[in-house]
Amino acid sequence: MSLDFNDETFRGDYTFKNSAKAIKRFPFPFPEDSYMYSVNMEPHVPGPVGSIFEHMFDVDEHYVAEMRDRAQVLADDPLRCQSLPHMELAGWDLLELIMESKARDYPHWFELHKDGNNWHWINKPLQIEQRFTFMDASTLPYGPLEYITRQTQGDFTLQDQRDDDLWIEAGMVTTQADWSLDFDIGMSFKQWHAPVPLAGQMGIFDRALKFLLKLQHGAPVRRFNWTMTVDPLLDTSPENYPKWGPSKTTMTPETIGHRQHLRVELQTLHRLPRSNAIVFPIRCYLIRFEELVTVPKWARRLHRVVRDIPDELATYKGFLRNKPLMLDYLAQFDDGQPTSLGFAPD
Amino acid sequence: MSVGAPKIPVVVAEVVEVNELIKRFRFVRRDGAAMPIFSGGSHVVVEMDDHGTRRMNPYSLMSHPADTMGYEISVRRDEVGRGGSLYMHNHVKPGMEMVLSQPVNLFPLDARAKKHLMIAGGIGITPFVAQMAQVETMGGRFELHYSVRSPALGAYVDRLQQHYGPRVHVYFDELRQQIDLKTLLKSQPLGTHIYVCGPKGMIGWVHATAKAMGWPDRAVHSEEFLAPPVGLAFDVQLAASGKSFTVQPNQSLLEAIEAAGVEAPYLCRGGACGQCETEVLRCDGHIEHNDHWLTDDQKAANTKIMPCVSRFRGAALILDR
Amino acid sequence: MTKTMFEPSITSRPVYGVLSPGVGSAHLFVADGEGAEAVCDLFAKAEAAEMKSASHIIYMPGANGCDRSAALQALGVAQFYRAPSFASAQPRLAKVLADAHMGLQVYAAGTEGLMAQVATAAQAAGLPYEAVQMEHRGSLARRVQCVHCKGVTENVTLDPFVCSHCGLSLFVRDHFSRRIAAFQGVNIDAEDPGLVPASVERFK
Repeated sequence: MSLDFNDETFRGDYTFKNSAKAIKRFPFPFPEDSYMYSVNMEPHVPGPVGSIFEHMFDVDEHYVAEMRDRAQVLADDPLRCQSLPHMELAGWDLLELIMESKARDYPHWFELHKDGNNWHWINKPLQIEQRFTFMDASTLPYGPLEYITRQTQGDFTLQDQRDDDLWIEAGMVTTQADWSLDFDIGMSFKQWHAPVPLAGQMGIFDRALKFLLKLQHGAPVRRFNWTMTVDPLLDTSPENYPKWGPSKTTMTPETIGHRQHLRVELQTLHRLPRSNAIVFPIRCYLIRFEELVTVPKWARRLHRVVRDIPDELATYKGFLRNKPLMLDYLAQFDDGQPTSLGFAPD
Repeated sequence: MSVGAPKIPVVVAEVVEVNELIKRFRFVRRDGAAMPIFSGGSHVVVEMDDHGTRRMNPYSLMSHPADTMGYEISVRRDEVGRGGSLYMHNHVKPGMEMVLSQPVNLFPLDARAKKHLMIAGGIGITPFVAQMAQVETMGGRFELHYSVRSPALGAYVDRLQQHYGPRVHVYFDELRQQIDLKTLLKSQPLGTHIYVCGPKGMIGWVHATAKAMGWPDRAVHSEEFLAPPVGLAFDVQLAASGKSFTVQPNQSLLEAIEAAGVEAPYLCRGGACGQCETEVLRCDGHIEHNDHWLTDDQKAANTKIMPCVSRFRGAALILDR
Repeated sequence: MTKTMFEPSITSRPVYGVLSPGVGSAHLFVADGEGAEAVCDLFAKAEAAEMKSASHIIYMPGANGCDRSAALQALGVAQFYRAPSFASAQPRLAKVLADAHMGLQVYAAGTEGLMAQVATAAQAAGLPYEAVQMEHRGSLARRVQCVHCKGVTENVTLDPFVCSHCGLSLFVRDHFSRRIAAFQGVNIDAEDPGLVPASVERFK
């Protein structure tokens, strides 16, 4: 593996870790000392050089290892990538968006050469070279959605738009916060979000849907979501819950700093041109508590957020049982000093 | 939260007189770059500087969705309207610089349909020209029924019949030809979706006939852009920005808000999409609700207005803008 | 007969109405168990008389043994078919839908599992989900998919219950998939293997 990418695992011996550079650019999701749901969408425009917002689709040091993990998840359970038949066109839209973005943003790693519909794609980190006919799925080893998302970090769902609603009808979901693509595929926006507590009553989904129905091509938006994960396990799926659930019960004050991770999702939304569908990339970033507390402001703030979160939300996010353990650990880094507004370290 | 996508600076590449009522315009980007690909049924908003009055009219894209070299629209001349179509007909010439919005699709095909049944009246043909091209590329099943006044006014009849053969059915009013809608709707396979674009009467006729024959609402789709109606001048106050002004007879409320330098959201400018919905803080008088967006109850309550097409008569109108 | 009252629930859980005569060229009814009564109630209405010559009823007795075939047969519709089970009726249902034209009205009555499977079949044939009229009658037993092994267990009355395919103890969520036509079952003792609370009869 090249020097650009870590040789690490997200299962078994869990050798995943963030370099100092990765910690520095980690998307800490709390702009203030408390947390409640909000729609909080902003334009997905390029950010500072080196930040996770620098490019449309961030490729970081975990890329190759994440793709290896995804291949293993799919080998174990092919149902993690599905596309209802009418969503193939949206799959081609997504393939084009990702290939063009990566070839433009990371020319030393990715190349796309087009001669009409004859396309030539080179992915150097994964050692893939593919000649294929755009819009002809028989010239690729997988459907367009699966082909390109086996080479792109983050989960992806594709939403068809009709009848003033968004329908989740295709996706690649192997790094999820405990929801099942296989069960949810085919659902409307509100059906798919039905199990989320509180947010529905707050009108969050009404506002978000109304906004997304008007999302325009060329004007993507982004927001953050977050949860907690014990051990750097990407695949926290309901399918495998009996396999990873017990890990929550074996954490101790001695191991929590190493085993407990904050899991942040950078969610972006893009209108796709041919299909009029919306793609929803959900990019997961993991950071272990002992990495996170190296930034004093983040340590103070995370302590306060976890302390004040309603139990209903902690239950939904799956960390209620370890909340006391987390607070004991984080409290030692909270000296009560005020924190500055915004995400950035002081 | 803003939905603003960058606008497209274009130059008029071609103006074609299709017949005595219709002109076709082709736009290419000023910087020579590719246009965004679009989905059949999309429209763009064309910005016009009509001798100091800024007009922004929506037109369906009718070029091939995969043609990224340029966009084409067709404009029917409306002698009694506010002048947008007259401006396009009389003043827009090849070489002129104009500005288009990004394409937005408020009239998409249902990708799950087993068959697409398209019904067009007059200039309502334009979205279907792009949709048929797209469905054909995808290998989908479709049929067009196109009703128009006379052979002389039958824009694109020859071109469509030549290309799509028996899938295109044309009806000329002058020859007393009419779509036999009841027979047509009786024999469609399960999973067929209807799309209708044309005059208000035709849209209502198709919806009502389909409903009476047991078609589900969600299988019948229509698009009707309203031109902002002309009317009497009226005064309006904007509470948030602290501005007051008069809306002129041939100006829409939205255009007047923009002319006052206040930014207001919009997508279709034809009363269909809901984007420009604005809170009414005070209404001493009568709002002429001309949109397809607000429900009847909302219209009666007079607490919201769609400034792209609706007007006002009365003593005072104050908006939260 | 009043319609079944359901507890307030989340937005993915379906709600049901009361069957009423629809306007259309043909009428397809699929019912199980007590669902037959909803069909009979519909045909008791005066405006339904002229529907009979264009109606097709597919009926199967309920899992609880309830069999109202005789009452349905006595309606005298154009086609009546009694199937021993929904699975056995599926090829017939698929053929009827494949041959149908727009204008067909679809009605489902009886248990949630039956109605969901009818709606799924109609949707696969091209009808919008909302176009299928549904009325709940009889048992509240649920059709539940195990999120772990993907096996569906029919007629679940207990919560938690044991998955009939993989043997895990599952609690039943209200989260409902119209595509799979089932509620979701999730392992209840995943975090603490062996700690399974006593089952309660939640869905009679």
